[in-house]
Amino acid sequence: MEHDTIIRTEQLCFSYLQEEGKLPYQVLDHIDLQIERGSFVVVLGRNGSGKSTLAKHFNAINLPVSGKVWVSGMDTADEALLLAIRRQVGMVFQNPDNQLVANVVEEDVAFAPENLGIPPEEIRERVDSALATVGLSEFRTHAPYLLSGGQKQRLAIAGVLAMQPDCIVLDEPTAMLDPIGRREVLETVHSINRQRGVTVVLITHHMDEALDADRVIVMGQGTILADGTPSEIFLQVELLREAGLDAPETVKLLYALRKAGWDISLDGLFAEDCADRIAAYLQKAE
Amino acid sequence: MLSNITLGQYFPGESLIHRLDPRTKLLLFVLYIVALFLGKGLVSYAIMAIFLIVIIVMSKVPPSSLLRGLKPLWIVIIITGVLNLLFSQGQTVLFTWRRISVTLEGCYNAGFMIVRIILLVLCAFMLTYTTSPILLTDGLERLLRPFQKIGLPVHELAMMMSIALRFIPTLVEETDKIISAQKARGADFESGNILRRAKALIPILVPLFISAFRRADELAIAMECRCYHGGEGRTRLHQLKYARKDYVAYVIGIVLCVAVGILGRRFGL
Repeated sequence: MEHDTIIRTEQLCFSYLQEEGKLPYQVLDHIDLQIERGSFVVVLGRNGSGKSTLAKHFNAINLPVSGKVWVSGMDTADEALLLAIRRQVGMVFQNPDNQLVANVVEEDVAFAPENLGIPPEEIRERVDSALATVGLSEFRTHAPYLLSGGQKQRLAIAGVLAMQPDCIVLDEPTAMLDPIGRREVLETVHSINRQRGVTVVLITHHMDEALDADRVIVMGQGTILADGTPSEIFLQVELLREAGLDAPETVKLLYALRKAGWDISLDGLFAEDCADRIAAYLQKAE
Repeated sequence: MLSNITLGQYFPGESLIHRLDPRTKLLLFVLYIVALFLGKGLVSYAIMAIFLIVIIVMSKVPPSSLLRGLKPLWIVIIITGVLNLLFSQGQTVLFTWRRISVTLEGCYNAGFMIVRIILLVLCAFMLTYTTSPILLTDGLERLLRPFQKIGLPVHELAMMMSIALRFIPTLVEETDKIISAQKARGADFESGNILRRAKALIPILVPLFISAFRRADELAIAMECRCYHGGEGRTRLHQLKYARKDYVAYVIGIVLCVAVGILGRRFGL
């Protein structure tokens, strides 16, 4: 089973140190989680739910206070494995400006392979292929600050892709983007997952980004509140409300109808399914 | 307000001068300075000037922008000239006023010093105008690498320089935003004496510094995520390589330096 799981946490706890005498604030509370290789997992949660902290455990930026995290069977607490772990699990952050290192697009993509000591010819290949994947080949020699928000974030993704990781963790990558930039980034992430088979862990508080995921994990108060396929999760309207999240508009509509006395099922995540459910009900009523 | 700041002042181009290895250009710049101080008379300075003019023409950098770059330095140049004029020792006294006498030698000295400074500054401009800041940093890193043995953190310095360059536009943009935000709250940056204006800058600098530190923190984590662990075992996408033109440039530079040195020191020309 081990080789099918890329990230596994066992009783993972994390808390930030506080002044003496006070109880430490428990950010993550005994989390058991397995993420399958090649899957597209969305972690949902409101601010302070611990989702970003959890993500930082996946490539040893944070280390558990107690419990364990394994990446492809490697213990993240083992310092000797640090580079090997970070090379497998790449990470993209919220603010694109603060994760770009170089003055030229291709130099920035080359940063990670340069750090890994890869020969120049191979760096060239990796940079070209990463830029092609995110659709920025024509901006190869541009300065990053001339790019739009969405392009910068795609560049950040390319910078991680150049490590040829097995998994990419994205921590609210669309939070600072306009709707167009958001769509660009999401499309890029989905195509990387489909075409390259890279495992994607997308952390967000946008419901609609979770609709076409393989699996949705809802977090709140440092624990996992729900875990399942999008259609399983989004039907639990009360649970989502409890987690400080909003169900998708479609489900909310069906839920409201049901409360109003309609005998209707909630499993209409996408607009068309939702319309079908309503149509079916109306037909039956006639 | 701040959009027209150009730092590094690089003129992109494809000329032979642009394509020289940055190490070549850096070392030739040093050679040129040495030659400038070896030269003594009209002939050596004429040679130096002609050499620089040839380079300027070859690089296709507009001469007007070079002159514009000299503008803020006029005061320094004039003061140097006047000081040399008044305080040089010499035999041929032209005229005396109170205890200060102007000599023929003083005139020569002042003239040569002015030419020297102008040529030096122009040569420095040619270096930065024809070399992108990234290449310049790379070249410096490679040239200074031997000093790593005596404990100079060469890679770290180069990394700091290139990150500083990378963040200049970001921070300029941010400063613009903060200024607008403070103006919208009624801040006044344009009236009052110097002290008041300096005080008015505090509400700009404080948020700028806080955000710069936050950015630095995030950048450090992002760099760690991309396996950064210092200069050890690092490779580069663009390897600096000497080509034949670089060797030719070195030969020309050395010949020029030696020739000017002999002319100046031996014959006083």
